[in-house]
Amino acid sequence: MICLERIKYSDLFWASIFLLPNLLGFIIFILLPVLASFGISFLEWDLLGEMDWIGLGNYKELMTDSVFWKVLWNTIYFTVVTVPVGIMISLFLAIALNQKIRGLKIFRSVYFLPVISSMVAVAMVWQWIYNPQFGLLNYLLSLIGINGPSWLSSTIWAMPAVMITSIWKCLGFNMLLFLAGLQGISETYYEAAEIDGANWFSKFRNITIPLLSPTTFFVIVMSVINSFQVFDQIYIMTQGGPARSTSVLVHYLYQNAFQYYRMGYASSIAYVLFFLVFIVTLIQLKRSNKWVVY
Amino acid sequence: MEKRKQYLRIILYIILTLGGLTMILPFVWMISTSLKTLNEVFIFPPSFLGEKIVWQNYLRVSDRFPFGTFFFNSLKISVLVVLAQLFTSSMAGFAFARLRFPFKDTLFALYLATLIVPFHVLLVPTFLLMREFSWVDSHLSLIIPNLVSAFGTFLMRQFFLTIPKDLEDAARIDGCTPFGIYFRIFLPLSKPALATLGIFTLMGSWNDFVRPLVFINSISKMTLPLGLSSMQGLYSTNWPVLMAATVVSLLPILIAFFLAQEYFVRGVTLSGLKG
Repeated sequence: MICLERIKYSDLFWASIFLLPNLLGFIIFILLPVLASFGISFLEWDLLGEMDWIGLGNYKELMTDSVFWKVLWNTIYFTVVTVPVGIMISLFLAIALNQKIRGLKIFRSVYFLPVISSMVAVAMVWQWIYNPQFGLLNYLLSLIGINGPSWLSSTIWAMPAVMITSIWKCLGFNMLLFLAGLQGISETYYEAAEIDGANWFSKFRNITIPLLSPTTFFVIVMSVINSFQVFDQIYIMTQGGPARSTSVLVHYLYQNAFQYYRMGYASSIAYVLFFLVFIVTLIQLKRSNKWVVY
Repeated sequence: MEKRKQYLRIILYIILTLGGLTMILPFVWMISTSLKTLNEVFIFPPSFLGEKIVWQNYLRVSDRFPFGTFFFNSLKISVLVVLAQLFTSSMAGFAFARLRFPFKDTLFALYLATLIVPFHVLLVPTFLLMREFSWVDSHLSLIIPNLVSAFGTFLMRQFFLTIPKDLEDAARIDGCTPFGIYFRIFLPLSKPALATLGIFTLMGSWNDFVRPLVFINSISKMTLPLGLSSMQGLYSTNWPVLMAATVVSLLPILIAFFLAQEYFVRGVTLSGLKG
């Protein structure tokens, strides 16, 4: 451990050397855009003409925009279905894999395959699987005597189809987080409970659930925030259709910004999204004190 | 009691295997479709193998679309972004963990605050910025704004905080500069954290779709996911060709996964262990 540079510089000199490249990027590409987005949301601007300051005009328009309420509802619908279902399945899988299963690594990799694949690629495969006439899914359903719907072209079934694909893709990720959490629980708790004659369910209820709660909390927050921002699979599979039944917040934001060139309106949607994510994070932080055991 | 446990295990294996098949089936179906002729795809009931294996779809993929170019674009952008983020995140993480400077805590709180900002909030302003710099339809628009990550900075700082102080004290007595301490002690000790951040950034950058969709227009500059989605319009019902394209686009990351599986898995689990 012999260092050659014996010159002494001040702390500030070193701090600026270490921090500056990062700070520059942070200010220009993260901090300023966050603030700029807020400013733009008070403008009426189509990229070509003049910028008009319209104050809360965009937000007022949002409140009376039936399409906005539709996409907001779709986003919430997507979230309240995919988050609980996805978490329950992945928790179940993690518990199953934690039972000293043989071939753990193989199972783990298999469940992880969709996670690393690009959403665009898997959404295209699923689009083909959902094909009403020649798709794999309706064929499999017909084997058990069910006449499958026309999935992606049905206003009722398009959203559930997108949900299935999304849950399928993220299972492995949450499963791994739960698995890590489960492996962090010491065996001694279970041994003690067994001596006291606790059955499988009460062990799960009184040991696993409380000790896993920090992991569960983290998974819930991340899942909700991610599902509020669903976009790729919708863009590929349905383009928000049919009849806007799968159009979500980010899709409407994208359309306003890059198809209708309404920069101000798009930014106000972005800020509504930001606000929602912020509120959800706050609620979960507040509530977590009640049920998370650290 | 023992018998019941045996039965339970068998049931678990059955459930896990069925689940695993559900995970793999779409991939199998993708490969099987990519090896059929267009006519065979529209036969009911579908089969997993056509009359004979047709490789032509894979040639058709590169007919109209320069898939090799997409691959190199993706590779170039991802590698540059990963290296840059590892560099900027570890440097600033070190400053936040170990150096003294004015407004340190305020600044770090600011970094943390931006972590909850959904990335899509930045989409419009970043696009306007790229227009200002005339970087629209250039790879710069996918590289420069991603050189720095607040999450990466946070991750590296948390990791550096766990490194014992004695090490750097000893080095400082030996006359080491902060840069020497960072380069000779902290970086070698934080290989797992760097690998985690690297894999994470790589996955995000390689699979990124929204940014290229917004910033890139010319076919020759597209990345794999965007190239794939623009094929959709042209071959809208030619499923064998489309599926061949998805197979080609997924191969690189799948190969990387099988080579560095442990890192991928560790990356996910470490991201869940909040410091």
